Amino acid sequence: MSEKEILPRLTEVFRDVFDDEDIVISAATTADDIEDWDSIEHITLIGAVEDEFGMRFKMGEVSGMHNVGEMISIIAQRGK
Amino acid sequence: MKELEYPFDNGYIMKKKRSLRRALLADGTNDTRIKKKIAVLGGSTTADIVAVLDLFLLDCGVECEFYQSEYGQYWQDAVFPNEELTSFAPDFIFVHTSIRNLAFTPNPRMSAQETERGFENEVKRFSQMWDSLVERFHCPVIQNNFELPFFRLMGNSEASDFRGRVNFVNRMNLAFAQAAQERSYLYINDINWLSAMYGLEKWSAPEYWYMYKYSLNINAIPELAYQTAAIIKSLLGKNKKALAVDLDNTMWGGIVGDDGAENLEIGQETAEAMAFYEWQSYVKSLKDIGVVLTVCSKNEEENALAGLRHPEGAVSPEDFTVIKANWLPKDKNISDTAQELNILPEAIVFADDNPAERDIVRSRLGGVKVPEIGSVTDYIRVLDRSEFFEVTSLSEDDLKRGEMYKANAERAKAQAEFESYGDYLKSLEMKAEIGDFKPVYIQRITQLTNKTNQFNLTARRYTPAEMEEVFRSDRYIRLYGKLEDRFGDNGVVSVIIGEIRGDTLEIILWLMSCRVLKRDMELAMLDCLVKSAKKRGIRRLNGIYIPTAKNKMVKDFYGALGFANVCVNSEGVSVWELDIQNYADKNTVIDIMED
Repeated sequence: MSEKEILPRLTEVFRDVFDDEDIVISAATTADDIEDWDSIEHITLIGAVEDEFGMRFKMGEVSGMHNVGEMISIIAQRGK
Repeated sequence: MKELEYPFDNGYIMKKKRSLRRALLADGTNDTRIKKKIAVLGGSTTADIVAVLDLFLLDCGVECEFYQSEYGQYWQDAVFPNEELTSFAPDFIFVHTSIRNLAFTPNPRMSAQETERGFENEVKRFSQMWDSLVERFHCPVIQNNFELPFFRLMGNSEASDFRGRVNFVNRMNLAFAQAAQERSYLYINDINWLSAMYGLEKWSAPEYWYMYKYSLNINAIPELAYQTAAIIKSLLGKNKKALAVDLDNTMWGGIVGDDGAENLEIGQETAEAMAFYEWQSYVKSLKDIGVVLTVCSKNEEENALAGLRHPEGAVSPEDFTVIKANWLPKDKNISDTAQELNILPEAIVFADDNPAERDIVRSRLGGVKVPEIGSVTDYIRVLDRSEFFEVTSLSEDDLKRGEMYKANAERAKAQAEFESYGDYLKSLEMKAEIGDFKPVYIQRITQLTNKTNQFNLTARRYTPAEMEEVFRSDRYIRLYGKLEDRFGDNGVVSVIIGEIRGDTLEIILWLMSCRVLKRDMELAMLDCLVKSAKKRGIRRLNGIYIPTAKNKMVKDFYGALGFANVCVNSEGVSVWELDIQNYADKNTVIDIMED
């Protein structure tokens, strides 16, 4: 899957989880850019992304992602 | 809210919990929501459990404030002084623990004695915690039991050998069950069952523990929260009271009017027939927990009865307190049923295989619960797991409820034969037992305070622990009233609690079950209240009416009894006063057996 296919779906997940229709994400987006993205919401976000793309993150990946770009590249490899 | 009704989508709820919460808070019921405080004492992460529990409670009109213990501090919070928790003053405490929190587990190197000591200590550790909690907070404690381990060191012997962890968890769960039988304030949240239903392998997927210190799969959180909310809702008197069932293709396969009763699918002959039979048996057994059964079907009554009398079926017409088999719209039949039973439509659950009928009832009678029951193999599961009738206490009255409502219908018939209402009341040969609370009735009395909505002057709710306190204190004058007549025993139907302040008695609770409305029971209660009050040197009764969404019926109750109105504030709260020094008894139709 290409970044172009992933980004709109991923944006929708972010908007659902943070209940904010105005969220715009890019590869460079980090937790610092989204006000409510704390460690608790990170858990919800990971679960929702896994549901959306029918894949699972590995344990190391969950805590190791530094920005949305890294998330996208994992989804690109294993997502559906 | 449809998204929060069983069967719900776990992933959807988790993902959308923020917007669901926003929608619930904006549903325009701000004024009628009741406010409660819940302390969640966790042995693992609880953040999302609380977030989702909040949704399910909001959805049934309960707005909660939550306290969460610091990570893993459930035991410390319960046993040691904690100012924050003390000032929070919870109405409910939920102890969220799991197999991860067992301080002792056996292993194959242990002797029988060591295992036994470990078991006893572990039970003691929890009992101490519960007793300390109730002593400090006087509120219900909801305690998870334990899910089974997700691996078995000794294989099958884990279950049978005293050194096995499966064996140990089973013993702990039995000990918790026993503890709950002995403690009226303790309620077990059966995650052992829930995790099995969900699938233990998925429930216990350990990465959620390694990554986030959640003791369960986060996808299972809505299931856990729903089940926990069911206990709280039940304790708050929000259980449903009646089930209305459709007949054709709901209670049997086929259409009785077209196919004839003899050709219906019900019994043991075919797979379909068996499925309907098992469902009928389930419906019938709901009577045993006090659910009133009714029929709401588009049929000729004669055909409906023929179907219900099918010799291979599990139910019979006598199991149903009200049978509406006609061609009127179903929402009309359901609101009529509610009126006949003297309950609110929102206390009714409607089961119908036809999505169009479900939709009509749902849209015209907002409060009625109409589960998506699927096809016949799903009926039991969907209704059961919806937990509309969660039992937190089961009194003898619950078992007889259907009969009581039926006796009411007979009374209504008798009434038509009398010239004056007074004559009719006399003909009922009513006998009331009125007296100070007794231990055998405490459970029923507490239950009444939580589920009586209409004839309830202050709608003050009591938990079993609070009621225990009222029962033991001499600051109060307490009365229960039990009413019997020639059609049957109504059980305990009225409760008054008055607080003594000098020579005045403040009536802080006065309620009566609607099943004995207009029987002059309230007059008999007042006579006895005055008598008890005089014995304690009281000269004046003070009554207060606090309006709620449902108790308009008693707005002028004190006025009608001869109390003088002292004041009314802008919220409609009114205060009333009665000088009892020259009080003359008012009841003339009920024989009082004072106790």
